[in-house]
Amino acid sequence: MQVLDATQGRDILEELVEVIVDNRQYLSDVDGAIGDGDHGINMAKGFRLCGESVAGQSLSLSKALGTLATTLMGSIGGSMGPLYGSLFMGMAKSVKDKNVLDAKDFGDMLSDGREALEQISDAKVGDKCLLDTLVPAIESYRQAIEVSDDFPNALQALRNGAQQGRDSTLDLEAKIGRAARLGERSCGHLDAGAVSCCLLLTRLADSTERRLEKAAA
Amino acid sequence: MQRIINDPDNVVDDAIKGYLRASPSLFVATDHPRVLKYPDSPSDKVGIVTGGGSGHEPAFLGYIGEGMCDAVAIGEIFSSPTADAFLEAFRAAPHEQGVACLYGNYAGDNMNVKMAKQMAEMEDIEVKTVIARDDVASAPAAERDKRRGVAGEVMMWKIGGAAAARGDSLDEVIRLAQKAVDACSSIGVGLSSCTIPANGKPNFSIEPGHMELGIGHHGEPGIEVAPLTSAEAIATAMCDPVLADQDFAGSEVAVLISGLGATPVMELNILYAHIAERLEGADIRVHRTDIGNYFTSLEMMGATLTLMKLDDELKPLLDAPARSLAITQR
Repeated sequence: MQVLDATQGRDILEELVEVIVDNRQYLSDVDGAIGDGDHGINMAKGFRLCGESVAGQSLSLSKALGTLATTLMGSIGGSMGPLYGSLFMGMAKSVKDKNVLDAKDFGDMLSDGREALEQISDAKVGDKCLLDTLVPAIESYRQAIEVSDDFPNALQALRNGAQQGRDSTLDLEAKIGRAARLGERSCGHLDAGAVSCCLLLTRLADSTERRLEKAAA
Repeated sequence: MQRIINDPDNVVDDAIKGYLRASPSLFVATDHPRVLKYPDSPSDKVGIVTGGGSGHEPAFLGYIGEGMCDAVAIGEIFSSPTADAFLEAFRAAPHEQGVACLYGNYAGDNMNVKMAKQMAEMEDIEVKTVIARDDVASAPAAERDKRRGVAGEVMMWKIGGAAAARGDSLDEVIRLAQKAVDACSSIGVGLSSCTIPANGKPNFSIEPGHMELGIGHHGEPGIEVAPLTSAEAIATAMCDPVLADQDFAGSEVAVLISGLGATPVMELNILYAHIAERLEGADIRVHRTDIGNYFTSLEMMGATLTLMKLDDELKPLLDAPARSLAITQR
C-alpha cells in the first residue's frame, strides 16, 4: 500500500505557493471578467508570504498547512483569506497526529477541510465559487477509494473532479460574492476561486503522487 | 500606468505612512499595521469601527475622528481587511460600552467581521454590526439584503458617530445607524475604468463615449451601458431609480454627490444643478448638500448620488459637529 510521508510538508507547501504565484496574472484576469480583478494579486501575496516564512524550515504536513492557513487569514483578507484559511486549517487539524497518510487519510483530510470552510460560509455547490471545484473533486476522490485503495488512481480522480468542477462554473449564474450582482451576465465566465482551487488541488495531487512513487521505490 | 507609487504591491502600506505623517491629530498607529485609530476618543463612549478595502479614499480612514468613527481596519485595494485587523480595530476603539461595527455589504467584509466578532467575544468585547445596503442598482428593493453598500455608508458613519459622541448606548447607536442607512438610496454612474496598481491594467472596460449606470464601487457592472450624454440627461438617469426606491416626496433630504476619483469637482456641481432642479420639481426639500470626493474608486471617472430621507431624529445627528479628514463641521 502506498503512503505519503506526512512528516515532511514544506516541499508540498512550496509547490502550492509556486502554482499560485505563477498564475497570479491569469487568476486576476479571470476575476477581472466578473469580479474586481484582485484574486491573483491577493492569493499570490498571501502564498508568497507563506513561502517566505517557511523557507529552510523542516515542517510536518500539518504544520505546513497550518502555517498556510494562518498566513492567508492574517494577511490577505478579502473573501479568500477566510475561505482558504479555514479550508487549510481544517486540513491541517485533520492530519495533526499522522506520520504517514494512506489514501483514506488523504481523503479525510480533504473532507475535514471542506467541513471547516462550510462552517464560516453559507456558500454551496452551484453558487459559482470555489466549492464548485472542491466538492466534486472530493466526491470523485471518495468514489475512487471506495472501489480500490490505489492512491495514484484516487489522485487522478481528484484532478478529474476538480477540473470538471472548475469547468462547471462556466455556465453557472453567480449566487455569492461580487459576481452575484451580475445575475445571468456572470454566465460564460469561469469563477476565479474555482480556478485557483483547481490549480491547488491539481498541484497537491501531482506533488503527492510524485512523493508516493518515491516512497514505493 | 501613470502613478505616483513605489512597489505596486505595497501601495496600501506606503499610503498609510503618508496619512500618519500628514494628520497626526487624526491618526495614530496601533499594534496592527493595517489599523489606525483616532487618538482622542473618550474611553466611556460606544466605540465606532469601520473598515473595508483600500482604493476608496477618503473612505474608510477619512471618517475616523471626533464625532465620527474611532478606529478603522484597512484592507488591500478593493479587498476586505483581515479578521485580525477588524479585531485589532475593536480593541483600539473605546469598547467598555461595546463597539458598533458599521461597514458595507460585501462577502469578504461579512466573513472577516463575523470571525473578528467571535474573537472579540472571547475577550469580552461586545460587538454589534450595521451593514450598509444602499445601492439601488445592485438588487431590487425586495432583495435589499443583497444590495451593496456605497456612499450611504458616509451617512451611516456620521449618524452613528454623532449618536455615540453624545453618549447613546450601543443598542441606540446601532438603531440609529441602521435607520440612517435604511433612509439612503444611492446609485453610481461610471465613465471609465480603474486600474489596481499591482494588476497594472484596467479592471474592466467602458468604451469611450459610453457610460455605465449603476456601476459598483469596484467596477461591478451596472444596470445599463448607454452612450454618454449631457449632465442633464445623466442627472435624470440617476434620479429616476433613486426616487423610485423610496417615497421621498414631501420630505426633507440630505444629498451626497461623490466623485469616483477622476471626475473634476466642477462636473459634480454641473450634475448637481440638474439633480437639485429635479428634486425641487418632485416636492423634495434639500436640507443639506455635500459635493466632493467622499467615496471613490481609484481613478474611475463618474459619480454617485445618495439621497437620505431625514426626520427630526436624524437631522440633528447629521448636523452635529465632527472633525475628520473627509467631514469637518462645527
